Amino acid sequence: MNSVVIWTVVVLAGLGLVLAVVLYFVARKFRVEEDPRIELIEKALPGANCGGCGYAGCHSFADTAVKAADLSAHFCPVGGNEVMKQVSAILGYELAEKAPQVAVVRCNGSCAVRPKLNVYDGAKSCRVKAFYSNVTGCPAGCLGCGDCVEACEFGALSMDPETELPVVDESKCVACGKCVKACPKALIELRNKGPRGMREYVSCRNTDKGPVARKACANACIGCGICVKTCTHDAITLENNLAYIDFAKCKLCRECEAVCPTGAIHGVNFPKPLDKAAVKERIAARNAAAVSEKGGEK
Amino acid sequence: MSKITFAIGGVHPDDAKLSRGCAIEVLPLPKTVYVSMAQHLGAPAKPVVAVGDKVRTGQVLAEPGGFISAFVHSPASGTVKSIAPRKDIIGNPVPHIEIEVEGDEWAEGIDLSDTLVTEIPEDRNAILDKIKACGVVGLGGATFPTHVKLNPAPGSKAECLILNGAECEPYLTSDFRIMLERPKEIVVGAAIMQKVLGGCRTVIGIEENKPEAIESMKKAVSGLPYDIEVLSLKKKYPQGGEKQLIQAVMHREVGSGGLPISVGAVVQNVATSLAVYEAVQKNKPLITNVLTVTGNCLPVERQHNYLFRIGVPLDYIAEYAGGIPEGAAKIISGGPMMGRAVACMDATTVKGSSSILYLTHESTKRWTETSCIRCGRCMDACPMGLEPYLLNRLYKAGDVAALEENAAQDCIECGCCLYSCPAGIPLLDNVRQAKGLAMGAIRARAAAAKAAAEAAAAKEISKTKED
Repeated sequence: MNSVVIWTVVVLAGLGLVLAVVLYFVARKFRVEEDPRIELIEKALPGANCGGCGYAGCHSFADTAVKAADLSAHFCPVGGNEVMKQVSAILGYELAEKAPQVAVVRCNGSCAVRPKLNVYDGAKSCRVKAFYSNVTGCPAGCLGCGDCVEACEFGALSMDPETELPVVDESKCVACGKCVKACPKALIELRNKGPRGMREYVSCRNTDKGPVARKACANACIGCGICVKTCTHDAITLENNLAYIDFAKCKLCRECEAVCPTGAIHGVNFPKPLDKAAVKERIAARNAAAVSEKGGEK
Repeated sequence: MSKITFAIGGVHPDDAKLSRGCAIEVLPLPKTVYVSMAQHLGAPAKPVVAVGDKVRTGQVLAEPGGFISAFVHSPASGTVKSIAPRKDIIGNPVPHIEIEVEGDEWAEGIDLSDTLVTEIPEDRNAILDKIKACGVVGLGGATFPTHVKLNPAPGSKAECLILNGAECEPYLTSDFRIMLERPKEIVVGAAIMQKVLGGCRTVIGIEENKPEAIESMKKAVSGLPYDIEVLSLKKKYPQGGEKQLIQAVMHREVGSGGLPISVGAVVQNVATSLAVYEAVQKNKPLITNVLTVTGNCLPVERQHNYLFRIGVPLDYIAEYAGGIPEGAAKIISGGPMMGRAVACMDATTVKGSSSILYLTHESTKRWTETSCIRCGRCMDACPMGLEPYLLNRLYKAGDVAALEENAAQDCIECGCCLYSCPAGIPLLDNVRQAKGLAMGAIRARAAAAKAAAEAAAAKEISKTKED
């Protein structure tokens, strides 16, 4: 009985030893050389594997970043500048810092201002709905089925049951851009967060002519161009009856928001509510001064 | 009972041909018509008239915007008021030409008499040119330009021309009425297409639930000197699907991604045949078609089959027919299986418009979606032999490669899967999206291959130049 136990132990231990030696040499022979920096970068990254950077996941990001000549094509929107600083330190590359961004829904056609003309009862998916019908008169507006909410892996988006529009929770949004891709109407845009989160944007994508757009939605941009005329920073462009504010040029003076006749321009995170009358007075005074100056020249 | 049908799948909805007894009435012209520039498959047409121009009925308004595209003609005489985007039935903006109707003065050279012209022109190319010039497109639903379909690519030969008189969609009776009222013109139209295709076998396929139409077409065929058969088909949806009809008549299966011509078949609708007759024999462009106003909440005495001019707004037709009936929960343009729900009643009719269908809430409501119970009914119902439940799952997972492998691109969007699903899963909605994804992948690959081939050719040329 004893000898059986001893022999078993000896044979198994011997086998283990022999195989360990074989494995050791095989592992040495077929070793895959991997840049050690890949692992370091992966550790520095958030590890969410969201794909917001445009690569298949954090490993793919690290792998391509090590091979790339610079970091121009690599930016982790989730980790932001902090993580990118670590990555650039590991690689020894220069880092072009990016302003932190946030998802912005460019539709403000809530149920109250955008009357429904039809009832849709098909599959609960914006993509499917976009294919079938236009429930409201606006061909560009939010469809309200929440494809963006489903796409968000950070729980930053939710549907407001009252307005039937998606709401972005800025504290959770990491600007990965998944919702931007998910929206069939291309309503979501990544915009710079701005100083203390203050932003000014046109919350509409309707390119119909003024009367048509207005009829479909009371909050639509009607392409009147008054914001373009008012803006002193050359930040607003008007194309296809739709205004767009360039966040790189916008100085957050809120003049466009004050003069917009439909309320399509939105300012968020400003400490004080907009005093429309005061801003309008300011613009009028400036215009009057400009006119008198012109007159004087004559 | 007829046994001629396709091999797999299909469903049996109630055919509900309520308006079968309503003779075709001529719909008077409204004050304004809006002619869409995208009433055919392919590139939208390009307007050739300007605002303020006086146009006559049958005059060319727009020319083809590409190889697969068609001419568009004026449905009335009057003044061009505007050329601007206007919403189509699902609410998407499409360029339309607005014409203020001042009368019905036809352009020169159009024969408006009722006399039957049986003499077919000899020159094949002249016939094709005429069909193209008259803007004829397939009126079975897809509105594919007819002159393209009748001119198969070199190397492929048509062995059988199938005239589709199945009208397998419930409710619709427009094809049925033209087969009763204008059978001889349809037969001559078929003979013209037969000639263009080089004298192949020609079959008119009609579902057996329309015995009067079969009788009428048989009589017309026997009275005319052409070699055309009339076949009675089993009543089963989608008997009028192009690939299903080919299988029923020719016992051949069109391969995955293939065109009917790959098995020697050309399928044309009976209404298209009538349009071909009018184009070739009467020089009359395609500006009229027959549309059924019907539905299960409309009393039979208020149902109609109208000969309408394209560009007439839907709400005008609805008003003329006595208004939208009480109890109508959904208005559909086209059949209840494949038609589109109308989102805008001020949209206009197009060449392919076949009905205004009023359905009750009871018959159109969607069931609450529950989990798939793997009963396999959708697989039994699919006439293309696909697995809709699987495609649904793959679509949700976003696996485009697997969708392509499982032939999502072969879906004909007939709706049998959705019709048969006991769990209320929006199979058609999702499979249609899946088809879009698979088709997109195939197209992207083809474009990439083309670009690579072109680049290689350019390299070759520069190399030979260097040498």
